[in-house]
Amino acid sequence: MRLANTSVAVSDERAHTAQSLSGDAYATFIHDLYVEFLIMDSHHSYSQVKGVSTGTTILAVKFNGGVIIGSDSRASMGESYVSSKTINKLIQVHDRIFCCIAGSLADAQAVTKMAKFQLSFHSIQMESPPLVKAAASIMRELCYNNKEELQAGFITAGWDRKKGPQIYVVSLGGMLLSQPYTIGGSGSTYIYGYVDAKFKPDMSLEEATQFSTNALALAMGRDNVSGGVVHLVVITEAEVKHVVVPGNKLPKFHDE
Amino acid sequence: IVSTFNNYNDLYPDWTQREVSTGTTIMAVEFEGGVVIGADSRTTTGAYIANRVTDKLTPIHERIFCCRSGSAADTQAIADAVTYQLGFHSIELDEAPLVQTAASLFREMCYRYREELMAGIIVAGWDPRRGGQVYTVPVGGMMTRQPVSVGGSGSSYIYGYVDSNYRAGMSKEECLKFTAEALTLAMERDGSSGGVVRLAVISEQGVERQVILGNQLPKFSTV
Repeated sequence: MRLANTSVAVSDERAHTAQSLSGDAYATFIHDLYVEFLIMDSHHSYSQVKGVSTGTTILAVKFNGGVIIGSDSRASMGESYVSSKTINKLIQVHDRIFCCIAGSLADAQAVTKMAKFQLSFHSIQMESPPLVKAAASIMRELCYNNKEELQAGFITAGWDRKKGPQIYVVSLGGMLLSQPYTIGGSGSTYIYGYVDAKFKPDMSLEEATQFSTNALALAMGRDNVSGGVVHLVVITEAEVKHVVVPGNKLPKFHDE
Repeated sequence: IVSTFNNYNDLYPDWTQREVSTGTTIMAVEFEGGVVIGADSRTTTGAYIANRVTDKLTPIHERIFCCRSGSAADTQAIADAVTYQLGFHSIELDEAPLVQTAASLFREMCYRYREELMAGIIVAGWDPRRGGQVYTVPVGGMMTRQPVSVGGSGSSYIYGYVDSNYRAGMSKEECLKFTAEALTLAMERDGSSGGVVRLAVISEQGVERQVILGNQLPKFSTV
């Protein structure tokens, strides 16, 4: 059957029933099918940008004594409607471990919920706080084993007793990689040059905060599906601090 | 839009079915007294690098250059046509042509034939009336003047860097350093950009060209 410009596979009986309908009954049939299609297909994100990243910019950077994980705050439906200006994309999966998501929000929420549960169970069994790598590994297992259905990638960052501050990125197909800094989302393409040039290993907290805020502000300035405020979470041995930088306090650049 | 056969099998290597493209990074910056332009040097046919030492900085007139990105054939043809038109115009006028005139000619052609062409061009140069100017004519055929402009596939990766590092009133040397660094960062991330960095400075004195080879490119911390 063809629905607008999309083909939908329906069972033989349904297609056969459709043939005997006419007028209002047929219109209702098509409408019900369309609604079903929307629900079934809602986890696909339609984006013109490279890959299947949805409107967002996320990053994580290691500094001397901790990690900073940050994101913008815009949720968009399609390219022209901003469904939320202040969404928080930084999800806490354990005391000192946070995740941020690139890709389909629905998939991301499902995966992080599952990961949070498995991680707390693991932590109870081991009778100690979980390793960041364990959290990242759980995400990887979920992403790899369900790679056909899922369209979400994750950045996992945190602090643990064994290796200190760490950042892991789990990409779309389920690869797990440890990096000193990483960026993701549709807005990240515009700041590859900036972060490559500006990152230094072992920065101080102030330098790292400035680095993250600048990078996110630059990306939000060029990517129309990233925007809003900057959310930063600073994770160290001692504490977890959530910093929000509102629009009017963001750094301004030469043409603004 | 590159036209390809969807014939993904090992009998036909990738490059026999792909159009030649200058997937590229190009850049131009205005400074007091002139402009600095730069480009990478890679021309690709699919995954094959057809020319690893391409010169994408094409002279259109004595003190007007264009930086080419997109389809190699399209941009060469357009540049040739504009060179002819501008040369003729300059003889009629009996004086050096304006950079804006050159940019306008590019825009006329790129807009009129927008459906057939795939060309993103940056026009930059010096003229006695308005000094150093940079005009960008992206795909689709719009034209606008900008103090700094980047283009090509690699440009996406350096918007953040250019936005944060550009200042009005830089000197010629600062502009050269800024351009070389931006191009290097883009070449590192974009598979369709690479090779050497070609730079040129256009001013009242004329054109000075230079090449920065691979091992002399600026290095950035982590690796």
